[in-house]
Formats: sequence, structure tokens, C-alpha cells
Amino acid sequence: MIVGGIDVGGKNVHVVIMKDGEMLAKGDSPTGIQKAEAAERLYDEVLEQASLKRADVERVVATGSASKRAAFAQGMIADAAADARGVIRLIPSARTIIDVGAEEGRAIKASPEGKVLDFAINEKCAAGTGTFVEAMARALEISVEDMARISLESTRSIPMNAQCAVFGESEVVSLIHAKTEKRDIARAVHDAIAGRIASVARIVGLEKDVVLIGGMARNVGFVESLRKEIGMDVVVPDDPDFVGALGAAAAATAGVLEEEVEAKVVEKEKYEEGKAS
Amino acid sequence: MAKYTTKGLDCWGRAKELRMRYYKDYAEAHDRGALRWEGGAWSFDAIPQALEGEVHVLTEEPYGASVGADPKLQVKYQEAAEGKWGCARDLCAYMRNYWGGIVLGEYAFGGKWPRADFIFQNQICCSHSKWLQVADEIYGGTIPYFCFDVGAGPYDRIGERQINYVVEQLYDGIEFLEKVTGRKVVDEKLIQNVQNTYRSACYWAKTCELNQALPAPLDEKTMFSLYVLGTLEKSNKEIADFYEKELYAEVKDRVANNIAAVAGEQCRMLGDSQPPWGFLRIFRYLETYGVVSIASLYTFSLIGWFELDENGNVVPYPTLEEQGITIKDRDHALRLLAEGELKGKLMWAPFYGATYKNELVTKIAKQWKCDAAILHLNRGCEGTAQHQMEMKIALQKIGLPVMTFEGNMADEREFDEARAKRLMDLFLTETLGLKKIAD
Repeated sequence: MIVGGIDVGGKNVHVVIMKDGEMLAKGDSPTGIQKAEAAERLYDEVLEQASLKRADVERVVATGSASKRAAFAQGMIADAAADARGVIRLIPSARTIIDVGAEEGRAIKASPEGKVLDFAINEKCAAGTGTFVEAMARALEISVEDMARISLESTRSIPMNAQCAVFGESEVVSLIHAKTEKRDIARAVHDAIAGRIASVARIVGLEKDVVLIGGMARNVGFVESLRKEIGMDVVVPDDPDFVGALGAAAAATAGVLEEEVEAKVVEKEKYEEGKAS
Repeated sequence: MAKYTTKGLDCWGRAKELRMRYYKDYAEAHDRGALRWEGGAWSFDAIPQALEGEVHVLTEEPYGASVGADPKLQVKYQEAAEGKWGCARDLCAYMRNYWGGIVLGEYAFGGKWPRADFIFQNQICCSHSKWLQVADEIYGGTIPYFCFDVGAGPYDRIGERQINYVVEQLYDGIEFLEKVTGRKVVDEKLIQNVQNTYRSACYWAKTCELNQALPAPLDEKTMFSLYVLGTLEKSNKEIADFYEKELYAEVKDRVANNIAAVAGEQCRMLGDSQPPWGFLRIFRYLETYGVVSIASLYTFSLIGWFELDENGNVVPYPTLEEQGITIKDRDHALRLLAEGELKGKLMWAPFYGATYKNELVTKIAKQWKCDAAILHLNRGCEGTAQHQMEMKIALQKIGLPVMTFEGNMADEREFDEARAKRLMDLFLTETLGLKKIAD
């Protein structure tokens, strides 16, 4: 059975194609303004990579904040639900999932089966998201990757108290004017985001294993800040930004199976009815 | 095929008529030589309404909510208030709506802002302490103002001393009323008004109790429009009659005949706090999953009086008839009024600590057979928003799945409808395992 999962996020699209539970191909690209076109284009590219046509795929499930723009998908799944399914598939011992993407940070308490038991979201606050890091990297005139790297070299902890991205940026600018070293500012930014996200995670309760996914999980500086903030180890799977798409693909598989089960029940009922008549 | 039979309330039109007439009467009061006054919605209108002649009241919170139900109007009024004082967004959203209307000189129900002859205010929270004082200052601070405190303690700490504390202030209030209006408080009217207050508060509580039935005869979206009459003027005979003789009787009949608020009821939801008034359609959205919001401490006890029985259950506060009481005189009336408001209004208890809110809400969740809870983290009312996250934990401890969403009861700029629906989809499908039953 071949299925697809697509995660159309605020910043990037991720696609995975699975066959019988194994990854056949994957790809990502910026979402841009033309989200529907970006989703279509990437989906076709990943299919080509796997030498497949659309007709070969039994079911595609979409997730992400712009999931409705993936018109070719036959089903949709809420992003936190896709996260839980994706993470449990990769790390069955996961109980707390933290997903920090470009536009949202969220924490999920998951059951061993990958069910969402509770969740909390960093609402209306850009200061706890990947977009904030990008803005701060621009203010520091370095890449996000370099910002992540140099923050690990910092030996100073500088509290950033601003409660939103706009004031956060003002604070960074003030630190730059005060000739604070970039590595210390980078750490301050990561610590601030970690503080926001940790408070969201505490709402659902921090239970081992804590797994971090989403684009921010690729940021080693942030991962370190989060570990310190919550005082627990944080597990980061390979390709943490593909986990949502993977969860959507898992849902596609489950959907197909569910339909098969339903079809069998109907067949059985028809058979019983036929026998009775 | 629908699971249950459903139909609209027969008394719905009457509720709407009473509400619209209330706002019209207030606007036209001076044309008829009647008095106008402003005050809080939570209690004690029985006293100014006992003045000689015709008297009409405008209560603050329902007015702020009415503005809040109209997104265009609320933004206009909020911006007017912000323009005047640069109000912080965490101030009470009802209060900002109210102030904005006065700044613009507009009455949300048409015409110019109808100035009051006096203010009779009860201090239930920090906003209410200053709300009408500031509103009056827009016009120069000339309206006579009386404010009394009801912070006597939670329902289980009310004794003679607490009742005396409020009653003594009420006597001062009567002196104030007679002095500034030149009219007398008529004892017969006062006694009648207190009887009506008991009927409104107790029969609303009895109506809420009927919602324990499966299927629920009322949904919370409808209840919002019904409890409002009690926040306008619960001492009014027509309003008391509505609660006792029309609404309660009809809901009782619905329970007897298994008539549901929502035909597809499959999940009973507990709510909390005021809703985002401009977006009540989110309750209809829940219904597409067969989810019916049926209970909340706020909706029940904002006007309803309840008590805990010997088993610790939340039950309606007894009516005067059930207590075998006949009001004898002014003092008896004031004492009974204070006693009912202080002991029966459970909604005041959370102001004294999270433990009260947790205890009451978990009891309601169990007694009303709720399957889950959706809590509106209401940024527009600090009073009702306090303890919400502790309440979430308390509900989860009794096994209730809980979802929260951020919003504001009357400032649409703080509510993201698309995001709230996304959260609901996630909660309903994933955590509760529900499927849509309608589009």
C-alpha cells in the first residue's frame, strides 16, 4: 500500500511517500504565498523521485496550518494529531512532544498509541516560534545556523524579558548597541524561546521521553536551551521537521485500513442478509 | 436519522421581547417622567426599583456584552475608549465597550447616550469599583453616585455579621436614593421586588438543574440569551414570571417529552466564563460533532442561586415559598435579599480562591454528566478568568478531557476564530474520538 503525507506549514511544505510503512521518498520546499501551487509542485517532485504517478498512491492525508490548500489530499488531520502519530512511530517511548515550527509552538501529551491526550499552544505569541529566531538572526546579521552554533559558545546568561517578537527585537537591538557579544545575544534569544515553550509544555505536564520536533529542533542552540530550561533530556529524531508529514502518512495508512475494515463489515452484513432472505 | 427530537423554545420570542423593551424603556424613560439609573448586573436592583413612580435601569455588563455581540460596533467603541484614555487591553472588555459608547455619545440600541439620574453600584470586582465613576466623569462627574461592597465572603462563610455588613450599606443606599431623587422607597414595592428576585434566581437555578437530563433540553448558546434577563432586572415581575411560569414550565415539559436542544447530542460539554459574544457560532460548530455545551458555573450562577445539599451536591436555592417565608417588612426584605445574594450566588465564591471554583466546577461536571470541558481563557474579564488553569487540572483529575482556547468576551481583536476551530477539531477528533455528524 502506497500512501502520502503532506504538511503545509506557514513557512515550509514537507511531503513523504510511504510504501507498506517504509519511506520511499521525501522532500521539502518553502511554502511561499502561493501555498496550493507549492504543495502541488513539491508533491509531484517527490512522486517523481520515487518513480511514481499520482494514481499509484492510494491515499494522501494533509496536515499543517495550510492543509486545506493541498486540494489533492483525500483527508486531513490536525497538526498536533499528526505530530503524535509521527513521533510515536519513530520513538514509541515518547510521552511529551514539543513541536516548534515557524509560526507556532505547541506541546502534546501523547498516549503510547499516539493519541493526543492533552495539548497546549503558544497562542498569539510570535516570541516562541521559529520566525522569531529568523528575525533575530537578521538583526544580528548572521545565518540561523551560525546563530545556533555560536550560542553554544556563550558563557553568559542574559535574560530577555520581552513578551512579543517586536519588543524582543528591540531588546536585541539594545544589546547590540551595548556591544554585547553575538554569541551571548544568540543564547539569550534561544533561552527566551525555551522559556516560552517550556511554560506551554508544563501545562500538559513534562513526562519522559520528551521529544522535540519541528524546524526549531534542527537548531542546536535552542535544543540546549530547552534542555536546561526543563531540566530534562530532549530527544530529537532524525529529520524532525518531517514528523508532521510522517504522521499524516501514518493517518493515511490507518484511513485505508479503516476503510478496508468497514468494507469487510458491509460485505459480511450483505452476506448475512442474503443468507437470511 | 436524528438521535433525538428537537425544537426551538416556545418562549424564545417572549425573552427577546422583554430584552428589547428593557433597552427601549430605558432610552424613553425621561419622556415619561421616569427615573433612569445605572448599576451592576449582579444584584440588588430590587432597591432602586422600589422608588416611587416609574424607574428604569441600565446594567453595565449586559450592555457591554450587547456591544460585544456586534463585531463592528465593538471595535468602534473599543477604539473610542482607547482614544480617550489609551486603555490597556487587559481592562474589562465590557467596561471599555461601555465607555466607548459614552465617549461617542451613542446608545447601542439607537439614539444618543441616555444619561442616568443616579448610579447605584455594587462593588464585585476592581473594574466595577470604578466603571461608572469614570463613565460619569466623561460628562463632568455630576451624576450622584453610590457604591456598596458585597465582598463579605464566599457562600459557606456567610453568617449574621456578613449579612449585617451588606444590609447596613443597603440602608445607606436607601437614604442616598431618597435624597438624590426626592422620592421615597416604597416598602410594598421593595417586598414585591425581593420576592421577584427570589423567583428569578431560584427558578433559573431550577431550569439549569433540568439540564442534567439526557438529552439536555437546553444548550448553552441558548442559555446565554435566557440568563441575560436576570442580569437586566431580576426584581421585575414580568421577568420573574418569565423564569417561573414560562421558561421553567416549558423546559420541564421538554424533559418529560425527551426533547433535546440538539438532535445529535453525543457529547456533553462543560464551559466556563463568558463566551466571545461576537462568535457564538462556535457553539453551532461544536454541534456538527454532536457536542452540546450544557453546563457552566458562570451560566448557571451569574443570576441563579444554588446551595450545596447535605450530600454536597449543587442544588437550587430554595424559594421563599419552599422556605415557608413571608416577608414582613423592609428590614426583613433587605436581610433576605442580602442572604440570598451572598449565600446563593456561588459565582462569587471563586473570587475567594481556586479551591472554591475547583470544587464547584467538578461537582457540576459530575452532576450534569459532562463528558469533557472546553474552557474559554477569557482575556476580557480577569474576574472570571482567574483560576482557569487550576480548574483545568482539577477537571483532568476527575478524568475529564479539557481543551482551552484564548479569546475575549467582547473584544474581537483578541479572538482568532479559525485557530479556535482548529483546536476544537483536534480536541474533538483526537482526544474525544468524535466524528462530524453534519457540515
